[in-house]
Amino acid sequence: MGIVALFVFLLLHLSPGDPATIIAGDYASPADIARIRAQLGLDQPLHIQFTTWLMQLSRGDLGVSIFSNLPVSQLILQRVEPTLSLALTTLIFAIVVAIPLGILAAWKAGSWVDRTVMAFSVLGFSTPVFVLGYALIYIFALQLGLFPVQGFVSITDGIIPFLHRLVLPSITLSVIFIALFARITRASILEILNEDYIRTAKSKGLGERSILARHALPNAAVPIVTVIGIGFALLIGGVVVTESVYNIPGLGRLTVDAVLRRDYPVIQGIILVFSGLYVLINLIIDLLYVALDPRIRF
Amino acid sequence: MTLKPETYPAILAKLKGLTTWPALLISNSSVAIGGFLLLFVAITALLAPVLFTVEPTSMHPIDRLKGPSSGFWFGTDMYGRDIYSRTVFGCRISLAVGFSVAVLSVSIGLVVGLVAGYFRWLDAIVMRIMDGIMAIPGILLAIAMLALAGASLKTVILAITIPEIPRVVRLVRGIVLGLREEPYVESAISLGTRTPKILIRHILPNIVAPLIVQGTYVCASAMILEAILSFLGAGVPPETPSWGNIMAEGKSYFQIAPWIIFFPGLYLALTVLGVNVLGDGLRDTLDPRLAKQL
Repeated sequence: MGIVALFVFLLLHLSPGDPATIIAGDYASPADIARIRAQLGLDQPLHIQFTTWLMQLSRGDLGVSIFSNLPVSQLILQRVEPTLSLALTTLIFAIVVAIPLGILAAWKAGSWVDRTVMAFSVLGFSTPVFVLGYALIYIFALQLGLFPVQGFVSITDGIIPFLHRLVLPSITLSVIFIALFARITRASILEILNEDYIRTAKSKGLGERSILARHALPNAAVPIVTVIGIGFALLIGGVVVTESVYNIPGLGRLTVDAVLRRDYPVIQGIILVFSGLYVLINLIIDLLYVALDPRIRF
Repeated sequence: MTLKPETYPAILAKLKGLTTWPALLISNSSVAIGGFLLLFVAITALLAPVLFTVEPTSMHPIDRLKGPSSGFWFGTDMYGRDIYSRTVFGCRISLAVGFSVAVLSVSIGLVVGLVAGYFRWLDAIVMRIMDGIMAIPGILLAIAMLALAGASLKTVILAITIPEIPRVVRLVRGIVLGLREEPYVESAISLGTRTPKILIRHILPNIVAPLIVQGTYVCASAMILEAILSFLGAGVPPETPSWGNIMAEGKSYFQIAPWIIFFPGLYLALTVLGVNVLGDGLRDTLDPRLAKQL
């Protein structure tokens, strides 16, 4: 986490382009620029800037937006709900669809079911999120009129409209995860089906279903959970795009707007928050390993 | 009798009754299909100056937002520019970005990974830095870098390369760590072979196949990322006809002119599909160990 903070800081401060000049605008005098620079503390030596920034961070203070003058932490908190809803519905949908598909493909390995699932998986990897998003809007919202085109409704305004508006964005975003999760589920189950204890179970006369459910699945859980963790990193990127396609006022939109307005404190804050989340998720996954596989000890 | 060392593809080729490994590669249907798709896009990119029908930047105000027709094959955008010609020129940007990012991140990742995997004392430092970069979502890192450095084709390529490097480093380092314990490397060390020679003669050849495979995946994800960046308005300058830019322009007109997004999107999806399928095929033929893993 410390490395991330240092990296983000250096990235923003050593790269070309002076924020003070950008904020001041095209018609500012050198004196104006110097004043803004002093206001932002940019005239201090780099290590002092870094310590000040770290001190603020440790107090949970992410700075103030250059554009709206609101605290960055407040801006981020306002946008958490849509993003979190989208991320959760996507992950749940992806897991519910992908894991049975992967198991089915592994069980019927080599059959047409398997090949269809794998072909779909490659297709899913290759379809850019926003292309799929627009295709779905075109078919299901514009042509069939089944879903609203864009927008977001808070869960406090009723759960049905909330979910109704999340269906298309979640499907859009989940396709790539379905592809990823189905692939890894199939691969890890196939590998375990080659193990000796599976042969033992078969020779005992256990049915295929109970072998899959009792012996194969629990042992395949660790790699699957790992990939779900990796999926989280991908999810963040996907959220940014999906929110932009479906006009959802979440963190992704905040990022894009901040970039277009060159609002550095906001960019810095969002990257830190996302990276922190990523590290946290990885920690949770490491802890899950222990629960899933008693052989793993830390 | 001298024994010539044989590579896995060469052996497999003999088993299948084929004489050379290129023939073997083509015999894999994934390689053939993926290669064909990619070849199609590559030829389109090369011949773009011949293939276009209407000057891609010329505007025809009377024909704004027209659907596909014999004059404008893929329709026109809000300025009356021809989507087909713009899409054809977009192939160049996409391939240039995909290819450069793949080559750059694979070569930098290779060097860093070799060094990190072989020299223990460097390993910890290098891998912590890589973990740090990996903890930042690639898309955000690229957006932030572009916001700061200003967007041009060169900065876009760099901004996509940096988040890809740690993945290559991890792959290379993992392989090197395993190889270092192999008896033939240990015996080379005990014979007093110098380190650079060990790295190049004994370790490098084992990394080439997985690296080529990884390179294709990097290429595919770079092309998607480039389109996403342009689409969000952070990518190559808007006047460049890249697929992402064409789609970004079509965003507001999507409900009345879906073809602006549809055709470049289709090209992008097919190209990425081609690269991914090619990568899968290469993985199956070049590197049987990886094939088992995924």
